[in-house]
Amino acid sequence: MSTEFIIAAIVTIVGLTTPILLAALGELVVEKAGVLNLGVEGMMLMGAICGFGVTVSTFNPWLGILGAAAGGALSSMLFAVLVLELNSNQVATGLALTIFGTGLSSLIGLSYTGFIAPVFGSVFPASLANDAYLKVIFGYSPIVYFALIMVPVVAWFLKSTRSGMILRAVGENDLSAHSIGYSVKGVRYAAIAFGGAMAGIGGAYFSMVITPMWAEKMTAGRGWIALALVVFAGWRAGRLLVGAYFFGILMALELYAKASGFSFLPSQFWAAMPYLMTVIALSVISMRDRSGGNAPACLGKPFLPST
Amino acid sequence: MGTEATARLELKSITKRFPGVLANDQVSFSVQPGEIHALLGENGAGKSTLVKMIYGIMQPDGGEIRWNGERIVVAHPKAARKLGIGMVFQHFSLFEAMTVLENIALGMDAKIPARELEARIKEVMTQYGLKLEPHRIVSTLSVGERQRIEIVRALLLNPKLLIMDEPTSVLTPQEVEQLFVVLRQLASEGCSILYISHKLHEIKALCHTATILRGGKLVDTCNPSVETSRSMAEKMIGGNLKTIEKAEGRTVGREKLIVNRLNMPARSHFGVSLKDITFTVREGEIFGIAGVAGNGQNALLLALSGETLTDDPGAITVDGAQLGRLTAKQRRLAGVSSVPEERNGHAAVPEFTLADNSVLTARDRLGMVKGGLIDHKAARTYAGEVISTFAVKALGPGSTAGSLSGGNLQKYIMGREIMQNPAVLVVSQPTWGVDAGAAAAIHQALVDLAAAGSAIVVISQDLDELLSLCDTLAVINEGRLSPSMKVADADIEEIGLLMGGVHGDPAATANLHPEPVHAHQA
Repeated sequence: MSTEFIIAAIVTIVGLTTPILLAALGELVVEKAGVLNLGVEGMMLMGAICGFGVTVSTFNPWLGILGAAAGGALSSMLFAVLVLELNSNQVATGLALTIFGTGLSSLIGLSYTGFIAPVFGSVFPASLANDAYLKVIFGYSPIVYFALIMVPVVAWFLKSTRSGMILRAVGENDLSAHSIGYSVKGVRYAAIAFGGAMAGIGGAYFSMVITPMWAEKMTAGRGWIALALVVFAGWRAGRLLVGAYFFGILMALELYAKASGFSFLPSQFWAAMPYLMTVIALSVISMRDRSGGNAPACLGKPFLPST
Repeated sequence: MGTEATARLELKSITKRFPGVLANDQVSFSVQPGEIHALLGENGAGKSTLVKMIYGIMQPDGGEIRWNGERIVVAHPKAARKLGIGMVFQHFSLFEAMTVLENIALGMDAKIPARELEARIKEVMTQYGLKLEPHRIVSTLSVGERQRIEIVRALLLNPKLLIMDEPTSVLTPQEVEQLFVVLRQLASEGCSILYISHKLHEIKALCHTATILRGGKLVDTCNPSVETSRSMAEKMIGGNLKTIEKAEGRTVGREKLIVNRLNMPARSHFGVSLKDITFTVREGEIFGIAGVAGNGQNALLLALSGETLTDDPGAITVDGAQLGRLTAKQRRLAGVSSVPEERNGHAAVPEFTLADNSVLTARDRLGMVKGGLIDHKAARTYAGEVISTFAVKALGPGSTAGSLSGGNLQKYIMGREIMQNPAVLVVSQPTWGVDAGAAAAIHQALVDLAAAGSAIVVISQDLDELLSLCDTLAVINEGRLSPSMKVADADIEEIGLLMGGVHGDPAATANLHPEPVHAHQA
């Protein structure tokens, strides 16, 4: 195996991992606050089209990223209002958000079909970013570094800050948090908006970095992998990083199988692997720990204070 | 107590309405500095609503709250704590997956560095003799330790008024005594205490003044040391307290339920294993099992009801028939009925109607299922009979179980089992959270069922209940059952020690083995 091959593999894996890592980090915070938002896929698509749209309109990918975050966050607010104000079922509302996001992003995307945006690539000098070896460190879009930095930031926020502790408390026992005097709804709105923004940036990675153009349903189900990843990681940010790269490697194997004719198994099998692994990982975890381990106790339950 | 003019807390004509209910109707009373003031009343009398308004969780619709003479509005709990009002909830507002330290920090409004907070916690713990390990995860703690977290959390704020909502319902008699020492020390330092309870002997032992609520209205403010438990109870329920009527000269018959060396491994590492449980219940006998929660009561109920099976089929026999390997359904057919502690979700499905809930346990004994189809008419008729016989306050057999109050649902569940005339009835916490009127009705129904020849096992944490209801008593501690003792010559001190796991002189308990009991109780 040549060094070039290993570098190419790493670059591919990092690219495949970044969107699911971003979306999963956002969903981790949402779920730690006790809310199950199954609309990740829809929010990623909204982020993808908003990021792309802003980039081709302003020729500024940094504004594009802000647009992607805003698109994801705004669409998540629709979910937040239904779930927090009207106490609608979180599972059904999340699924609806995915369907809605898929449809609305396609509608907005009609006017952007055929456009090509500049790739939001490395911002390091070309001598570093395009170097045959150094590109393994410097050759990525700023979104990649942002995702990696957010792992310890989210972990530190949840574990060591007072706000993070309050957020966990809200997810653990919403009624108690309310009776102590914390704003359960306020915390959850903020968490859902953060989750939406992160999913939006994750989605924008597809339309701004991987293929700098818009295509319907271009996130191809990665939102669902992000959701499974949160459970797979046992609601811990550090394990989320490991899990995301594990799935990234599986997805890279599919590409490799297709491209190289490495074919003792059909490439469809490799394509199915991440999803199959999701099922297996979830089964193994639930068998090992029936109580759900680290799962927030109020996950998915509506908040109904007595007042 | 001090002069009326400088009351620490004064309520004037507090009124609170909920849709369809007047929860508090013009309630006025005051609490002096250093006074331990009892708030007494049945479930639904409005005690909890009242203190929630004092603590800022709810807002009154009318009336005023005065704090040290000044009129105030307590907008939210944070404002209450700022004034110096602390509260220890009945259902602990704790976060199970978090540490003791994090739980306490969450209750503090000021941002205190973790290390400083830990030092202050240690200070409060030594001052009041409350033991806690700050870095333990709450889910690994006992109920008594969890309560200590709540108390420490409240004490860290140097409260001027501490509200305690039914604090002793989960404690052993010895733990209650320790709690009282802390509360008396606090009161002597000038802290006022508002103590909510319906345990009258505790109020007599602890409180300086008692305010009694009934149906949202203030009935009386009295001095518990001059009142009797009975007089306060009658003010609380607004009528004469019914004494359980037991037939004179009642004798118990032959041995019915025999549990012989019942062993059961723990279901999870938080659970308790049962070790060599042995006891006998005769026809017409009510057998009580006392003990502090979490000592194997749930495991024992599940083993008797058939939700978990024993390895040895002969560990449980009724009239000589071995039941150990029979399922819950087969045991019901054999005449063994049971009522678990948890009403909603275990004994009944809250979303189901009362009629459908009756199908769940009575379908086989009363033939409510024919050819695989539910006979809804039979179910509704039976549910209607239970409702009228047991005076259940419900709109009818079509009401959902979840819409009933705790006491009414418990009456319904007890009625549903009793009217199937079980040969053996096992009940856990029959009157937990049930008001005095409903409790008396449930007790009377159990006594009547026993008089008709059934063998009854009552598992309860309420020692007073067991002493007034049962013929024979044993104490469960860490999955072991003490030898049986006749209630007539039981020693409360000894039972309290058994509950705490201190096993007395074996010679003294050896002569307490079961014998035919002839109970004559007042």
